Amino acid sequence: MLLKNLALKTFPIGGVHPPENKLTSESEIQYLPIPVSVAIPVSQHIGAPASVIVNKDEKVKTGQVIAQSKGFVSANIHSSVSGKVSKIDTVIDTSGYKQTAVFITVEGDEWIETIDRGNEILTDINSSSEEIIKKCLESGIVGMGGATFPSHVKLTVPAGKKCDILIINGVECEPYLTSDHRLMLERGEEVLIGISIMMIALKVSRAMIGIENNKPDAVAHMTKLATAFQGITVHALKVKYPQGAEKQLIKALINREVPSGRLPLDVNTVVHNVGTAFAVYEAIQKNKPLFERVVTITGKSVSKPGNYFVRLGTPVKDLIAAAGGIPEDTGKIVSGGPMMGKALSSTDIPVVKGTSGIILFPSGESVRMESMPCIRCTKCTQACALNLEPYLLMTLSEKGLFERAQKERITDCMECGSCSYICPARRPLLDYIRLGKSTVIKMAREWVVK
Amino acid sequence: MSLTVPVTILTLSLLALIFALILYFVAQKFRIYEDPRIDEVQAALPAANCGGCGFAGCRNFAEALVKAETFEGLNCPVGGATVMGEVAKILGKEAVAVEPLVAVLMCNGSPEFRPHTSKYDGVPDCRMAHSLYLGETDCSYGCLDYGDCVRACAFDAMYMNPATGLPVIIDDKCVACGACVKACPRHLLELRKKAKKDRKLYVACSNCDKGGPARRACKVACIACSKCFNVCEFGAITIENNLAYIDAFKCTFCRKCVTECPTFSILEFNFPPRKPKIKEQVETKTV
Repeated sequence: MLLKNLALKTFPIGGVHPPENKLTSESEIQYLPIPVSVAIPVSQHIGAPASVIVNKDEKVKTGQVIAQSKGFVSANIHSSVSGKVSKIDTVIDTSGYKQTAVFITVEGDEWIETIDRGNEILTDINSSSEEIIKKCLESGIVGMGGATFPSHVKLTVPAGKKCDILIINGVECEPYLTSDHRLMLERGEEVLIGISIMMIALKVSRAMIGIENNKPDAVAHMTKLATAFQGITVHALKVKYPQGAEKQLIKALINREVPSGRLPLDVNTVVHNVGTAFAVYEAIQKNKPLFERVVTITGKSVSKPGNYFVRLGTPVKDLIAAAGGIPEDTGKIVSGGPMMGKALSSTDIPVVKGTSGIILFPSGESVRMESMPCIRCTKCTQACALNLEPYLLMTLSEKGLFERAQKERITDCMECGSCSYICPARRPLLDYIRLGKSTVIKMAREWVVK
Repeated sequence: MSLTVPVTILTLSLLALIFALILYFVAQKFRIYEDPRIDEVQAALPAANCGGCGFAGCRNFAEALVKAETFEGLNCPVGGATVMGEVAKILGKEAVAVEPLVAVLMCNGSPEFRPHTSKYDGVPDCRMAHSLYLGETDCSYGCLDYGDCVRACAFDAMYMNPATGLPVIIDDKCVACGACVKACPRHLLELRKKAKKDRKLYVACSNCDKGGPARRACKVACIACSKCFNVCEFGAITIENNLAYIDAFKCTFCRKCVTECPTFSILEFNFPPRKPKIKEQVETKTV
C-alpha cells in the first residue's frame, strides 16, 4: 500500500498534508427540507453582479430567473423555491459584507414546467457546442469548487487558443469536505455524462478525472463507470494539499506547467470541478438551472454531520439545525474548507453557489495561537506550491513595500494557506500576503487607468 | 636608503596633484547648479518629512517652492502661517493665507451605541479586518477600532480611547498632514477647518445605509432624515448617499442642527454652555 501510494502522481513543489477528518464520507446525500424563506444574493459568482428582474410581491416558481447576468463574466440567478418575493434588500453573505439579495417567502414547491423532474438518467447528448455553452449561461452554472467562476466562460475556447484535454477536479483536497466525494459515489453516472457534455462544448476527445487516493471507493466506482464512456479516464492521486488548485492538478496529471500570471488555456487545457460536471448534466439533460447544491455540514462536536442537497439562499442556521444544532463548545463557524474557508459572522448568512461545506470548529481548535518572531526555518518556502517566499512577502506587505512585493510575484499566490498552516511560529503569513496581494492588484489597476 | 623618504613624499605629492587636477576638472565640467535658496528654504521647513504638503519630503517641497511662481496650492500644514511667512521672506514672494485644518473622526460608534455582534481574532489591523468583513459590529462603514490611524500619526496627536474603542485626536498636536486620512481603509477621518477656540461641529457618522438598517446597527447613526438640512439657514448642510454632511467653510456654528438631530449624530466640541432654556437637550446629547 505504501509503495503504491509513493508511485502515485502528484505536483512536485511544496504542499502540506493536514489531518483529513473526512467525518461525513460515509453519509449519503440527503435533501434538506425547504426553508420557510430564502435570501438569494445576486452576486454568487466572480464577475459583475446580476441585476434583479423581479419585483416585490411577485410570485416566483422554482427555477425561474430572478436576476439576469450582466456582461460576459456574470451568471444568471434562479429562484430556488416557489413563493412570493417579500423584499429586495441587503443580506450579509460569505464575503462578509452586505449584498443585494432577493428574499422569497416559500409557498409550496412549484417548479417551472420545463424542468424534467424524472429520475431516469438521460445518456444521449443531443446538443451542439454552442447550444451547451448557451444553456450553461442561461442556467447560471458557475465553478462549484468554491471559486465560482462562470462556467460558460471556461467552456468557450477563445480564438487563437486551443484545448486538447479536459481535466476534471475530483480531488477535494480540503480536509472535512466530502460533497464532491459523495457526489461521485452517488451520482457518478450523471457526473460522467456531464463531463461528456463539457467535452463536446470544448471540442476535446480526452478527459481526465483526478481523485485523491484517500477516496479509494470513489476511484474504484468512477473507474468502473468510466469504461462505458469514451475518452474519460480516472486517475488516483497522492494525497497532498493543495492538489485541488487547478495549476497543481494540471502539473500532477499531465505534467504541464502554467506560467506565472497565465491561465490553464495557455497550456491547452481547462479544469472543471465534478460538482460543475453534475450541474452541467442537470442543466443540459434535465433543463434544471443551478439552484441547489451539495453542502457538507460537519465538525468534530456536531451530533449529526452529513451531506445535504441544499436550495441556494437557505440560511446556514437551517443546515446547522438539521445537523443537530450548534454544539456548546463551538468557537468558529467556517464556510468552505478549513484551509481556505471563511469564518462566518452570523448564521443568517445564506448558502450560495460556492458554499461547499459548513464546518463548526470547537473553540479549542479555532483560536489563533500567539504569533512569534520568524525563526527562519524556511518551512513556509518549502510548503509553498508556487515557489514563493511567504515569509518575505509577509514582511514586505507588513512594511508597506508593495512594489517590491509585486516583483516577488505576490499576485501569483493562490491563498491556499499552506504557509500559515505549517509555520511553527504561528505567524499570520497568509493574512498579510492577502492584504499585499489585494493592494498590489489595486495599484496595478490604478496604473492601467493612468 | 636615505632617498626613500624624499622619493615617497615626492611621489605622493605628485599623485595628490594629479588627483586634485582631475577632481577640479570633474567638478568644473560636471557641476550642477543648485539654487542656494533651496537649502535656505529647507532649513526653514520643519523637517518632519510627513508628506502633508503632498511632496515626498521637505527637500522636494523646498525645490517646488523655489521653482513656483506663486505659493498658490503650496502649503506646509505642519509649519502653518509662520513657516510659510519665513519661506516667503527668503524667496521674496507673498505668502498665501491658508486656513489651518484639523483631523476629525466621522464616527461615534462606541460599544454603548453600536453593539458588537461578532468577534474578530485575526491580525489587529484595520486594513486586514476591512478586507475580510464588515467588522465586529453590524455597521460596514464605521470605525474598526484597531488603530491604523494612530500608528500612522507621526506627531503623537492621536491615541485610542479604551472606553469607546475609538481614536481621539489631540487638536493642539494635530498638524493636518493627512497621514491618518490615508491610513483609514474606511475613510472615516476628514481634515476640517480649524475654528477659533478649537470649536468643532460635524456629523460624526459615515453610514450610507438607509435609516432603518443604519439605526439598527448603531444608535447614533445619521439616518438622513433631513431635519438638519431644513433647519440650516446658511446652506452648509448637504445630504447625499443617505448621509448628511456639514461644510466647515459655510458653517457659522449656530448649532441649530445639533439640537434638531434625532439620533444625536451631530457632535459639537468646545462650545460654551447653552442658555438654560435648552440646556436639558445638551446634556442628553453630549457623548
